Amino acid sequence: MGLRRALPVVLAAACASLAAAAWADYQINFPPPKSSLAYAINDLHILIMWVCVGIFIVVFGTMFYAIWKHRKSVGHQAAQFHESTTVEIIWTAIPFLILIGMAWPATRLILEQKDTSNPDVTIKVTGYQWKWEYDYLQDGVKFMSVLATPREQIENKAPKGPNYLLEVDEPMVVPVGKKVRLLLTANDVIHAWWVPALGVKQDTIPGFIRDAWFTATEPGTYRGQCAELCGKDHGFMPIVVEVKSEADYAAWLADKKAKVAAAAADAGKVFSKEELMARGATVYNANCASCHMPDGKGLPGVFPAITGSKVATGAKAGHIGIVLAGKPGSAMPAFGPQLNDADIAAVVTYQRNGLGNSTGDLVQPAEIKALRK
Amino acid sequence: MQAHALEHEHGHGAPSGLMRWVTTTNHKDIGTLYLWFAAVMFLLAGSMAMAIRAELFQPGLQLVSPDFFNQLTTLHGLIMVFGVIMPAMTGFANWQVPLMIGAPDMAFPRMNNWSFWILPAAAILLVISLFLPGGAAAAGWTLYPPLFIQGGISYDLTIFAIHILGASSIMGSLNIITTILNMRAPGMTLMKMPLFVWTWLITAFLLIAVMPVLAGAVTMLLTDRNFDTHFFNAAGGGDPVLFQHVFWFFGHPEVYILILPAFGIVSQIIPTFARKPLFGYASMVYATASIAILSFLVWAHHMFTVGMPAVGQLYFMYATMLIAVPTGVKVFNWVATMWRGSLTFETPMLFAIAFVALFTIGGFTGLVLAMAPVDIQLHDTYYVVAHFHYVLVSGALFAIYAGVYYWLPKWTGHMYNETLGKWHFWLSMISFNVLFFPQHFLGLAGMPRRIPDYAVQFTEFNMISSIGGFVFGASQILMLIVVLQCIRGGRKAEAKPWEGAQGLEWTVPSPAPYHTFETPPVVK
Repeated sequence: MGLRRALPVVLAAACASLAAAAWADYQINFPPPKSSLAYAINDLHILIMWVCVGIFIVVFGTMFYAIWKHRKSVGHQAAQFHESTTVEIIWTAIPFLILIGMAWPATRLILEQKDTSNPDVTIKVTGYQWKWEYDYLQDGVKFMSVLATPREQIENKAPKGPNYLLEVDEPMVVPVGKKVRLLLTANDVIHAWWVPALGVKQDTIPGFIRDAWFTATEPGTYRGQCAELCGKDHGFMPIVVEVKSEADYAAWLADKKAKVAAAAADAGKVFSKEELMARGATVYNANCASCHMPDGKGLPGVFPAITGSKVATGAKAGHIGIVLAGKPGSAMPAFGPQLNDADIAAVVTYQRNGLGNSTGDLVQPAEIKALRK
Repeated sequence: MQAHALEHEHGHGAPSGLMRWVTTTNHKDIGTLYLWFAAVMFLLAGSMAMAIRAELFQPGLQLVSPDFFNQLTTLHGLIMVFGVIMPAMTGFANWQVPLMIGAPDMAFPRMNNWSFWILPAAAILLVISLFLPGGAAAAGWTLYPPLFIQGGISYDLTIFAIHILGASSIMGSLNIITTILNMRAPGMTLMKMPLFVWTWLITAFLLIAVMPVLAGAVTMLLTDRNFDTHFFNAAGGGDPVLFQHVFWFFGHPEVYILILPAFGIVSQIIPTFARKPLFGYASMVYATASIAILSFLVWAHHMFTVGMPAVGQLYFMYATMLIAVPTGVKVFNWVATMWRGSLTFETPMLFAIAFVALFTIGGFTGLVLAMAPVDIQLHDTYYVVAHFHYVLVSGALFAIYAGVYYWLPKWTGHMYNETLGKWHFWLSMISFNVLFFPQHFLGLAGMPRRIPDYAVQFTEFNMISSIGGFVFGASQILMLIVVLQCIRGGRKAEAKPWEGAQGLEWTVPSPAPYHTFETPPVVK
């Protein structure tokens, strides 16, 4: 067992070093498993695959033998047999028995996958078009996780990094060896949270909560992607999970809590225009740019422009209202529950004074607080 | 019957001009129309696949925007399923069912005309949706809400197109069932029917059962989109997953609608070129019927990741695995038919053999996907893309090719160019595998489907796959050339151009006269 588990690690390390040098990567099986479930899935898959390969060789060995030996061109005369109940019964029964042999381990694994009881950590995962939110319910820590690959790499204006499209600004962090239970839902359309190395894929369904679990077997960074078509940027909402030792996890959590406290303090602050514009640009690129485009011009016929729009150049309250509450029946989500007052104030200011607009007015966090219902 | 009387007054030949095709009630003309419609749609949806593979040749966005990419995958899927495979199979049914059972025409010739001529309307709706504001539907051929609810006007056109396609299929199926059950030549009992006729009879029942289900599902989408119903909206008490259950209750039998007639075609061709009767005819019929019945009981295996309870997962896994049994029986019977035959390898036989081997690979990956715990990893990845292209391209499409080469002499009166046919086969067979086999690896390694851009570690296999794709696409032009050549001329085909062929269709001259079996033949 030791060798079997060590081998994929060695191979993965070898592959990783190669991938860094070039894109030379012909991986033909699952990524090296890093959770108890992923190991079990791997083993089951390999078992089933070899059974299939075995049957294929027997059946098509027979067929190709016939193709070789029973050709008219070598003078083979056709036999005229065309029925045998015995043979039919045999080749109905044997596959049936093989299937029972396959069903047994699969059944045990399903029951294990479905057992989400007694978790050590519970994290609520929410899918948005096109990002993920992680909410550590026991610790009051909540943040968005957005694609970190720069636009220039996607548009082929800069060389692609080794984690191209599989990198985020803030990864989900979990402790190693602990049972992590995920509560999954979505805000707009169906997404699917998937990290191959952890053996978890679960659709996130708006209005419903599903659960899944994993216990990571070793520290590291594991990457995955949304697996359910969720619109334009479905290919651009990766998932990154950092598995840390218990001590590192505790340190990370403490740091996060301190940031939550700092953000709460921002809510009462009055910012300068430069501060709002700089922060607003960051918020805009992370939340708005995928639809309204980085230059604010939108996608004609699909997503409206910010530049010169009635909303972004009209009254402040109307603009803030749409950002807070979204536009029902369209792809515009409610950002009220997603962003804090300072972020919304900054992004509204940015939209009104950047992207080709110049209303000249500033929005402060206190105004957002007042308009929140 | 009135149409027949009219035609008799005007003699027995085909009327000429464009109106011949618009007003025709002749099963052979309508079969031809269906097949050409499928060919045109195949070129359209195929060129979309070429654009998809071109975009995926390298990581990064090069040719199309992500939104347009989603439109391409959506239309490619919808058109290939509803505009290519289904019409092509109906074309075969129109041409061959009356010829094989000794009937003069289909039971309802005028409805037959309508069931074809509403198809172009649906195709036009889908094509113009590309040019409307916001572009065509981009929510995938599976139309899942709430994503489908977000789209613009073209999404409504897509719904109407599906309604029309469904109506066409239901009319076609009623026609086929009535024809088969009522118009067989004296002496042709059900258990003497050629297997192609059997598979189409069962397929037609499947179509009548499930097309209304699809129509219901898309109608609910329509009212959710336009009339504030909340069938699939949790905020209004609905459930997005309900759509998936209804869709796949249609969708899984649909898979067999696409493949059962293919089983039928191959079951005609293999005995011909093995010069030996089909092994286990009765068990083939029972296996087809078992597959059809099971197909209604397994739909949620397309939904193992939605979060079903453990019992749900277990039931759908067991039921799905069970399908391997009758499918296995069919494969074993084909191999047993070839065993100790006297085999020759003309183009139809080559495609039929490739069908058996490659469809079986698709069947095996289907078995892997049926294992719910493994499917958790593979669902919505390129592994699934590879799986269903093995069953639909090397399965259904290769069977269509086999059937076209097999019956082309009967349809045109000429032999096709065997050398070019073999070139078409070998190029298609090799490039198909270069195209789709690496996609298994991509899926296993973690590449989701329906993405316009991908992580760099998937580059090599995507390049290989795209190269295979371009060769496969180009090879299909060869098929077009062979068919056009064959229509225009070539060596004269005898009534029975294949030495080992059996069946009534080979008792009429080649090309088959405009009217056949006006006096029913007697089957011993």
